[in-house]
Amino acid sequence: MDLVTFGVQLLNAVQYGLVLFLVASGLTLVFGILGVINLAHGAFYMLGAYTAFWLAAATGSFWIALVGGVAIAFVVGMLMEDVFVRRLYGRDHLAQVLLSFALILILDEVRLHLFGKDVHSVAPPDFLQGSIQLTDTLSYPVYRLAVCLFCLLVALAIFAVLRWTKIGMVVRAGAENREMVRALGISFDRVSRYVFAVGIALAALAGIVVAPISTVYPGMGDGMLILSFVVVVLGGIGSVAGAAIGALAVGLTDTFGKVFFPAFSSVSVYLVMALILLWRPNGILGRREV
Amino acid sequence: MQVKNRATGTRVQRGAIREARMSDLVTPLLDRRKLVTGAVGLAAASALPRPALAQGAPLKVGFMLPYSGTYAKLGQFIDAGFRLYVDQKGGKLGGRAVTYVQLDDESKPENGTDNMNRLVSRDKVDVVVGTVHSGVAMAMVKVARDTNSLLIIPNAGANDATGPLCAPNIFRTSFSNWQPNFPMGKVMYDAGHRNVATITRRYAAGAEQMGGFKEGFTKAGGKVVEELTLPFPEVEFQALITRIATLKPDAVHCFFAGGGAVKFVKDYAAAGLAKSIPLYGSGFLTDGTLEAQGAAAEGIKTTLHYADDLDNPANKAFLAAFKAKVGQEGDIYAVQGFDSAALLDVGLTAAGGDVAARPKLISAMEGAKLDSPRGPLSFNRAHNPIQNVYLREVKNGRNAYVAVAQANVDDPARGCKLSA
Repeated sequence: MDLVTFGVQLLNAVQYGLVLFLVASGLTLVFGILGVINLAHGAFYMLGAYTAFWLAAATGSFWIALVGGVAIAFVVGMLMEDVFVRRLYGRDHLAQVLLSFALILILDEVRLHLFGKDVHSVAPPDFLQGSIQLTDTLSYPVYRLAVCLFCLLVALAIFAVLRWTKIGMVVRAGAENREMVRALGISFDRVSRYVFAVGIALAALAGIVVAPISTVYPGMGDGMLILSFVVVVLGGIGSVAGAAIGALAVGLTDTFGKVFFPAFSSVSVYLVMALILLWRPNGILGRREV
Repeated sequence: MQVKNRATGTRVQRGAIREARMSDLVTPLLDRRKLVTGAVGLAAASALPRPALAQGAPLKVGFMLPYSGTYAKLGQFIDAGFRLYVDQKGGKLGGRAVTYVQLDDESKPENGTDNMNRLVSRDKVDVVVGTVHSGVAMAMVKVARDTNSLLIIPNAGANDATGPLCAPNIFRTSFSNWQPNFPMGKVMYDAGHRNVATITRRYAAGAEQMGGFKEGFTKAGGKVVEELTLPFPEVEFQALITRIATLKPDAVHCFFAGGGAVKFVKDYAAAGLAKSIPLYGSGFLTDGTLEAQGAAAEGIKTTLHYADDLDNPANKAFLAAFKAKVGQEGDIYAVQGFDSAALLDVGLTAAGGDVAARPKLISAMEGAKLDSPRGPLSFNRAHNPIQNVYLREVKNGRNAYVAVAQANVDDPARGCKLSA
């Protein structure tokens, strides 16, 4: 493999890793802060993509689809938290798995009735439609590069909010000790609702941003859900920075696994995950007791 | 614990009562029919009691198709195509009215055996039509062989179903995975391509489809320089597309379907490869997915046993009738459903509407020469279609007919012990 090809494959790996991070970030927030295993995360990712397709087709604008899709997902997330998820705080993981699995089935049926079962594609915004020539035969779509940049910005935004804002402080404190936060007179219930809604909105956001490069189809969330869990567990549950590292690890492993060990490409990611967990059972940035 | 046990006990009993009532209903008919037709031997020989109904009673067709999940649209179109044929015959096949039992197989191989057994043993259908997913179809084939039930496969292409596992009571109206790909070998060689890379998913259908192509291409004198695969259902193609760009083969042949097909075609075009390394595919690449593929698919050449604009009277009549009945454009899946009914009609007509007259029914089906919307359709010794494979090119969002890639393509039916 010459240097140019290596560079292109590295770009592929990083780009894939960043997309995985975007999908997994919502999951790690909800999992880490609220302690809720949300198996329906992939279903919201899929619904986000379908909503983007629908809004883009109806309005002709990718930006309206982006903003509208995220807003809808945020509102749906608030309602979900209010009706279902708040009953799960502190319950064991089995109850959460059951509820969110039911949500997968229900959301899939909702998708069937709202959008049908066809495969769709979404056009990226006009000014991102070109591509850059990398080698004599290969070019790279500008939109993919834009997605990389966008994912980095989202990562920074999440990090900054958690680190430097008051609400971020409350969220971190609540993740540590919910009762103590309540005792200090802060309504953590409301914060919980926002956190869950943000998690859902991030899933939908990922679906929308990825829609132009991934196409929109039933079941698109299933594979992503599993990879997201790999990313979250690898990085350390609840750690946003860990999720970023985990996502890059998965992206690199998958891409170079396909290039160098094609026969093992279906298991390479999981092999690396097993090895890393042997080395650090709580994930790369995971704290000791989770 | 006791309560729980008692509850289950009751449920079992209820089931048994229902079962008994059903057999009460069926047995007198069975006896009467035995007297009428004298087909005692056949009825007794079959391992399971079949609802050998009196001539006036309707024929029970069991659809075991994906009505949900990724393949739902395919299942729906096969179902609609079958019903269209029956409607055109006044609601009858071989002179008998038809009733349907629908079962959603969800494309889940692990449930295939149970679902098939349900249709055959509990619902006691006369014929099973199914399915799309090859893994499910293989489970159905095994049950059909064990219970000697009549099975018509309207899509699944697993080579083995009309290969080592072929049986007198199993027919296929679609294709073997080998079939649409073998002729592509010569097509690509004749287009001047000598070194070709293939790409598909690492599963049985992918291997069989690309195997058919490799056989045809090597036979024509070409060389497959690399066989790229990626796991199902992954859709991250970028690493392999970069690999193709470094390999620089003369052309690429591929097999993908559904969402994966859309993404691959778009990624391939976005990487700028479509200009320098032309993309060819098994016809499924561009069937039912063209709208989503958009401009990226223009110019892609594929081979399949059907083209949207086949210029024959049967196809024109079929497409018009399908549109009138279902309200959507018919496709190859609808044609395969339609032909399943046509094939069964030939058999039942020869057998006077009597499913129990199995030898007559089967020999008529084996000899069937159908004027299918896809062109002339007959069957080989393994009960796989002998049919034209067409070269198509994507033009203005349609799979437009280019030429007959190979006429009357006959699957080699390797491992099938049935004789002609």
